[in-house]
Amino acid sequence: MLSKYDILETIEMIEKEHLDIRTVTMGISLLSCVRENAKKTADAVCDLVRRKAERLVGTAEELSREYGIPIVNKRISVTPVSLITAAFPEKSPIVGRALAQAADELGVDFLGGYSALVHKGTADYEQIFLQTIPEVLSTTRRLCASVNVGSSRSGINMDAVRQMGGIVRETAELTKEQDSMGCAKLVVFCNAVEDNPFMAGAFHGTGEGDTVINVGVSGPGVVQHALKFAPEADLTEAAEIIKRTAFKITRAGQLIAREAANRLHARFGIVDLSLAPTPARGDSVAHILEELGLEVVGGHGTTAALAMLNDAVKKGGVMASSRVGGLSGAFIPVSEDIGMIESAAAGKITLDKLEAMTCVCSVGLDMIAIPGDTPASTISAIIADEAAIGMINQKTTAVRVIPAIGKRVGDEVNFGGLLGRAPVMPVHGGSAEKFISRGGLIPAPIHSFKN
Amino acid sequence: MRAVITVTGTDRCGIIAKVSNFLYERKINIEDISQTVLGEQFAMIMIVDLAESGESISALARGLEQAGEEIGMSVRLQHEDLFNAMHKI
Repeated sequence: MLSKYDILETIEMIEKEHLDIRTVTMGISLLSCVRENAKKTADAVCDLVRRKAERLVGTAEELSREYGIPIVNKRISVTPVSLITAAFPEKSPIVGRALAQAADELGVDFLGGYSALVHKGTADYEQIFLQTIPEVLSTTRRLCASVNVGSSRSGINMDAVRQMGGIVRETAELTKEQDSMGCAKLVVFCNAVEDNPFMAGAFHGTGEGDTVINVGVSGPGVVQHALKFAPEADLTEAAEIIKRTAFKITRAGQLIAREAANRLHARFGIVDLSLAPTPARGDSVAHILEELGLEVVGGHGTTAALAMLNDAVKKGGVMASSRVGGLSGAFIPVSEDIGMIESAAAGKITLDKLEAMTCVCSVGLDMIAIPGDTPASTISAIIADEAAIGMINQKTTAVRVIPAIGKRVGDEVNFGGLLGRAPVMPVHGGSAEKFISRGGLIPAPIHSFKN
Repeated sequence: MRAVITVTGTDRCGIIAKVSNFLYERKINIEDISQTVLGEQFAMIMIVDLAESGESISALARGLEQAGEEIGMSVRLQHEDLFNAMHKI
């Protein structure tokens, strides 16, 4: 029999500590939609997505009511579009807009997969596809794009890194009236995963099945609250508390994932064990680190605290779910975390510290506003640094920076909703132009040769 | 199928009557019930069996929420599996 304490603990987690299922994401393979031209392909894609995801939003809402737990986002990820449009890459926007239209009609929050995987080399069709990203992101609302430029197995494609610096800038320029919002929908990855349910980097990998349900859990507030009751615990005990809490959160995610997959006649993919913050107070990863004893996130000790948190979340979550995947760890998006926003606004956290933090957490430099006059080569260099961390450490890293056109350090960009707001942070001044313009491939590290 | 009902809010008379009447009208059997009053705060937990009720769990949850609002209480009905998943191995 359930104990009174357990029942009330769950109610408290949901009502006071922001426990929610962050996303139910349906992954859909588009490989069967390739036709002889862009128009027919777009029609096939739109038709397939509409059909497969017809009941996604309704089912998620029904599950939310039955189990009494909020499901914040309903999303779709699709096969990287560059693969579907390889025969007519310059017309990729037609397929992109068809996907965006399907997303609008279905009422999902985001659709990810306007993507290309170019980690070992950029094919001609991919080169053309990448150039279409800024225009597509500036003319659609819900479509997200991602590009994988490196991997531990293959090295870093520096030609793609160079190109992406320009593409991020161009996207910022085209959406400057909305605080360069287009860049919030564009991620550059190293070691991208094929089953990530989180945006903007979700896409449905070619190794996946036809239709899968991936679920991303959340709950930074729940972890912070649990730690509040143990102010004197040493860090071994604190790690145990985080593990226990992550276990409970993940079990809720696993339940919803299984049920959603059953009702939508899809395969249950994975549960992503990430702690995903929102700009709401009491839903912050930064505040967990401060609860562990840091005066402010970004100070010395932040990397160690984050490493412990990230690892404990994984350990607790792995025990709770039969299938884990995605990014699984703690997210540190600056604009989406009230603790990060406040620390950045006060100048207490820097880009350098954030970069160090990405060595030990699940993703990378995320939702960081940088000055609008940052050169494309500097953006490429930021991407290269982050990709190098991912490549050498065999983990996913990503860059989602927003060059805030017309703004400088001290200004702020404001996207509203879950995307939040971010103070513009300074970047280093030394030029990387020569380094970036060399191009080529940074070879894979020696420890990649495992066969 | 079983569900968990939780009722919280400021204590007043008629809370149990209101909730149990709602359940009786819909042929929902109460299997377990416990309540505490801490100061003025009231908290009640019920485990109920929905087998005989023809309504969907989400419709029942909505109905109970409305019934709760009429007496100024927060009332939730949730599928039992959420609690089992989170608290039982």
